[in-house]
Amino acid sequence: MKILVCISKAPDTTTKIAFTDNNTKFAADAVQWIINPYDEWYALVRAIELKEKDASAVIHLVTVGEADAEPVIRKALALGGDEAIRINASSQDSYYIASQIAEVAKQGAYDLILTGKETIDYNGSCIGGMVAELLNLPYVSLATKLLLNGSNAVITREIEGGEEVCDVALPVLVSCQKGMAEARIPNMRGIMAARTRPLKVVEPVAADNLTSIVSFELPPAKAGVKLVPADNPAELVRLLHEEAKVF
Amino acid sequence: MSVLIFIDQSEGHIKKASLEALSYGVKVAENLGVGAEGVALGSASEDLAALGQYGVKKIYHVNKATFNHLDAQAFTSVIAEVAQSSGAKVIIFSNNVDGKAIAPGLSVKLKAALVSGAVALPDTANGFVVKKTVFSGKAFANISLNTDVKIIALNPNSYPVSATGSGTAEVVSFDVKTDATKVKVTAVNKVEGEVPLSEADIVVSGGRGLKGPENWGMIEELAKLLGAATACSRPVADAHWRPHHEHVGQTGLAIAPNLYIAIGISGAIQHLAGVNRSKTIVVINKDPEAPFFKAADYGIVGDAFGVVPKLIEEIKKVKGVA
Ligand SMILES: Cc1cc2nc3c(=O)[nH]c(=O)nc-3n(C[C@H](O)[C@H](O)[C@H](O)COP(=O)(O)OP(=O)(O)OC[C@H]3O[C@@H](n4cnc5c(N)ncnc54)[C@H](O)[C@@H]3O)c2cc1C
Repeated sequence: MKILVCISKAPDTTTKIAFTDNNTKFAADAVQWIINPYDEWYALVRAIELKEKDASAVIHLVTVGEADAEPVIRKALALGGDEAIRINASSQDSYYIASQIAEVAKQGAYDLILTGKETIDYNGSCIGGMVAELLNLPYVSLATKLLLNGSNAVITREIEGGEEVCDVALPVLVSCQKGMAEARIPNMRGIMAARTRPLKVVEPVAADNLTSIVSFELPPAKAGVKLVPADNPAELVRLLHEEAKVF
Repeated sequence: MSVLIFIDQSEGHIKKASLEALSYGVKVAENLGVGAEGVALGSASEDLAALGQYGVKKIYHVNKATFNHLDAQAFTSVIAEVAQSSGAKVIIFSNNVDGKAIAPGLSVKLKAALVSGAVALPDTANGFVVKKTVFSGKAFANISLNTDVKIIALNPNSYPVSATGSGTAEVVSFDVKTDATKVKVTAVNKVEGEVPLSEADIVVSGGRGLKGPENWGMIEELAKLLGAATACSRPVADAHWRPHHEHVGQTGLAIAPNLYIAIGISGAIQHLAGVNRSKTIVVINKDPEAPFFKAADYGIVGDAFGVVPKLIEEIKKVKGVA
């Protein structure tokens, strides 16, 4: 069993979002980078759980990023994973990034490729589906559970107003979200072991960027809250009914 | 040349988010001066021709029961076939469960630029630029789509459904070469009678301030009264007081209902990220310093256990419910 987990760096969730260069660039200077939570909490940890049940399983991590992505991929290795691959490129275009990951995935002949359901910065939810199509693999998105059954995967995924269970032969690409795995934090042993695990750096292949970012903007500020006394909910109902007209 | 809109249905019922995408796609087509067409996969129990009332002229129907359940790879290949044979230049999805599954693959298959999470109509004054949410709703980015064929996945609750009320669409049955699916759905578990959170106009949400799962009765009662979906903060889902799918925020579902009522939720930055696109926000919290009040339109500083039952009574009066 060979598992590839796609890891992205993302700004810490408490980051104040601001832009520079005439609103064309994210102000990344003071940002604390973390492993994208969906990649870490669900994709990576589920891969580790699967390896705990099958010691012969091998987990590779892949990230597309420049040298500044290394602390994040090292942290991911400290949680678990046998080897990490950093593709030395940076782009904000999903197609370009997916093309890079697909190239690494082709060479590794993986049985299972896991991604988080989206990154918390660009919220594209695109990489998984694109990599799957580039590799001609089935794609199961928004998975909340993943079990292996011989050469098949049994996956529970979100649907509107519920969930459904599906069965698919490996290899498959799965995007992961809440429910997938139990929370865990890296321990000292993992952090020490991670130092000796290989982190390979490979150069990108030629690929197109299909999109570009023209500019960013912040949402308009709220006008301020109208407070209603606790003993007068009737007034709140009146405001919602007559002013906001929401019911 | 045309705009092709994916008609997303589940058990023959067309999803609300899909009607939004349909209305949006029709407007995109109108602005480009081309026709709007739809594509539906699987058996349809609803009258597809009636979708003409939203302004769509023609619907390609791939009427095969194999497509009653989603297989992203198979759907991608079918929609690519339809798009190519109909000469679609812009393809529209809702950025809902199915849209997220299919649009990225289609982008690869057609080598068409994709913007997911769109919240506004394309700006074609200078190329083809679409505004989308980034940083989980904390900001927007304007994305230029730099290929001949373009794909837009529209965020739910970002564009109103608009029906003109008249007109029928021509339904053309479309035969595809491929009908093999690899993903076999073996069980479907839907929560009966509940409004899906992603599609809800009104959401009533509870946080740790409610103390325990046994206190959700009033949240559910309020939600039922308003025809709302229920949601919760992350620690509430982590503690298994509520199911995972109710967790909203930066690491849960991002929603944008017309009305979001937050009860006993502090308003942490990660929570706000998933709900700050709601049109109207009401906060009920006993702590006047709770950060949520800064993001709210209306608020009550008070104990939820006192306020919510009274609120329910007042809404009943307005709604004429005994
Ligand atoms: C990486 C990361 C990602 C995260 N992602 C998310 C996310 O996606 N979604 C999310 O929600 N959180 C997320 N969090 C957690 C977030 O930081 C907060 O901890 C969480 O939102 C707090 O939940 P809460 O408001 O329910 O609880 P608390 O912060 O404990 O707040 C409870 C509130 O209830 C009020 N209260 C208490 N009793 C009453 C009463 N009787 N009547 C009225 N009010 C009362 C209190 O005044 C308080 O404001 C994330 C955190 C991290 C680090």
